[in-house]
Amino acid sequence: MTAPIKFYQTGTFTVGNRLLAPEQRSVQSSLERSNSLNSGHRACQGCGEALGARYAVDAAMRATKGRLIAANATGCLEVFSTPYPETSWQLPWIHSLFGNAAAVGTGIAAAMKVKGRSDVRVIAQGGDGGTTDIGFGCLSGMFERNDDVLYICYDNEAYMNTGVQRSSATPPAARTATTMAVGADPGALFGQGKNVPLIAMAHEIPYVATATVADLRDLEAKVERAMTIRGARYLHILVPCPLGWGAASQDTIKLARLARETGLFPVFEAEKGEVTTVTKIRRRVPVEEYLRPQKRFSHIFGAKGHPQMLERIQAQADRNIRRFGLLEDAQ
Amino acid sequence: MHKQIEGSRAVAEAVALCRPEVICAYPISPQTHVVEGLGELVKSGALNPCEFINVESEFAAMSVAIGASAAGARSYTATASQGLLFMAEAIYNASGLGLPIVMTVANRAIGAPINIWNDHSDSMSQRDCGWIQLFAESNQEALDLHIQAFKLGEELSMPVMVCMDGFILTHAYERVDMPAQAEVDAFLPAYEPRQVLDPADPVSIGAMVGPEAFMEVRYLAHAKQTMALERIPRIAAEFEQRFGRKSGGLVRSYRCEDAETIVVALGSVLGTLKDTVDELRNDGQKIGVLGIHSFRPFPLAAVRAALQGAKRVVVLEKSFSVGLGGVVSTDVRVALSGLHLHGYTVVAGLGGRAITKTSLARTLREAIADKLEPLTFMDLDWRIVNRQLEREAATRRSGPIAENLLRDVGTVASKVH
Repeated sequence: MTAPIKFYQTGTFTVGNRLLAPEQRSVQSSLERSNSLNSGHRACQGCGEALGARYAVDAAMRATKGRLIAANATGCLEVFSTPYPETSWQLPWIHSLFGNAAAVGTGIAAAMKVKGRSDVRVIAQGGDGGTTDIGFGCLSGMFERNDDVLYICYDNEAYMNTGVQRSSATPPAARTATTMAVGADPGALFGQGKNVPLIAMAHEIPYVATATVADLRDLEAKVERAMTIRGARYLHILVPCPLGWGAASQDTIKLARLARETGLFPVFEAEKGEVTTVTKIRRRVPVEEYLRPQKRFSHIFGAKGHPQMLERIQAQADRNIRRFGLLEDAQ
Repeated sequence: MHKQIEGSRAVAEAVALCRPEVICAYPISPQTHVVEGLGELVKSGALNPCEFINVESEFAAMSVAIGASAAGARSYTATASQGLLFMAEAIYNASGLGLPIVMTVANRAIGAPINIWNDHSDSMSQRDCGWIQLFAESNQEALDLHIQAFKLGEELSMPVMVCMDGFILTHAYERVDMPAQAEVDAFLPAYEPRQVLDPADPVSIGAMVGPEAFMEVRYLAHAKQTMALERIPRIAAEFEQRFGRKSGGLVRSYRCEDAETIVVALGSVLGTLKDTVDELRNDGQKIGVLGIHSFRPFPLAAVRAALQGAKRVVVLEKSFSVGLGGVVSTDVRVALSGLHLHGYTVVAGLGGRAITKTSLARTLREAIADKLEPLTFMDLDWRIVNRQLEREAATRRSGPIAENLLRDVGTVASKVH
């Protein structure tokens, strides 16, 4: 078997796709793609969530031959996709509440099972607030019962829809509207927050994976893999938010890549609680390279900066690299 | 078929006869025996096909029901008290989306202080949520109302709560007439959703609506409740024709023909009330009872028609609006707008306090003599109330109220007069 083609070797996704057999090409490269989250929605320029959702849902649509239903939590994705009287969704889609997307997914899956429609599959999706905070109880319940739902968390590390407030996925030192960059200890506190992929693994569900919008083929492949499995599955996608992070719109993919290459966001797959694959860091970079372009971390740098914060964040990245074996020679 | 069974079991069997496809269960007293019964029926294969899901909270119970109903499955859950409040956000969502979920509410008080016994505070707290709220007088009616509720909810595409008094009905063993499956099948057609999540015909359900159309969406919910005012008696009549007994409907009068005093009430207390009224009638008092069986929609015209010939109206309530008085009374007064009747609110039975014939007869005699206070808390123990008020006047750190009162009473047992 030949080694898989890595798209950074070719420079562009267009060329990368041409090197592959047609059936291996990106879902998005196909004229047959479902455009499940269609153009015309109202996401910001450079929105990582819109990009991630487009790839994830279209991949799930291809994997299920269009027999897919989506439950959506309240949040940016819901608001920008369905402003009255328009909808961007070209699949059966329901928005109920902020904190219940996983449970609504459970209900849909139960209805499909009882009606003998095992061919119809279910995804539930939300942002980090709807997943790691307000929807956490329903998410854990869905995991614990092993309901046949793929839950996708689009993690942009704060409540962006309501104006960039801290969530339990907000990284330490980050400025948000409720963790302002003021005082002796500016930004979000160290030592708080949740790692929901690891918590999902603790439920021993069949499949857990992380991905970023920097590697969209990897993201598609993980969705495809998830749809080959029955039971509760969890996909956690890092989706930079230009508005909330104080970053340039054109840097969304670059920042997602840097999050992975610093080790701050480990990209891996796990089955039944055990890590099965890890995306190695190709060219390790210091966390400063990732943090500097983001205004939410600007108080760390400069003359009156907080170098100790930089050290602590670097230590987190180093720990991830050790813990997940993110370097080729780290074994 | 006649059976001597517990009210909860009767409801579980009636729900099963309606062939629900998804049942979500989270335990809370006094609802537990209903979902236990259904769990057993599903597990044994007697109710098949049906998915029985043990969820992690009432919020999840209603949310799973929302997903299942939106995907075209007949969906059912049951709750009470704190559970109803815990799912409140999803309750409004289910009605806002127009999903015909049926839910049993085993009526129970709301804390604090925590109290597991019966009153109507839970259902009343959700009176504005957009669900139809039906109240059962007996176990037979509770059973029958569930069968009617699925039909009513699905015809109108709106959710229905069947409210039955916790413990008094849920845990009482009574003889009930359980219909045969074929009879229920003939009465209740298969669920045909108005909207459904279907890959063959994709729709977006639950889109955001701004000021351009929000009022219209809300008005349409009201319009459906108005339609229910016409459907509820029609379905009750159809039910009576098929099953041979009166159950449900909007209101039912008892000995009101020449009544000068009419007592309005909901739920199981109607039985005690009718016995009391019989005794007062034997004493020559012209008194009757109006039972409200549909609290939402509130049958303004039917209530007005039933009460307008009387001289005085006593509303007997198992809940109240703190700082105002009666909840049902307020609605009854809207129905009586422009009529000059003496009106009394009697709050009774909160937190499971027994409503006895003796106390009722005494209170109603006072009402007949027009000597009753406009707002009366029946059988309130003024000694311990006043003692606590004195304590609070004397001491800043007077301590937790509930503990103080229990110490004053000298027992934690519920008090029966």
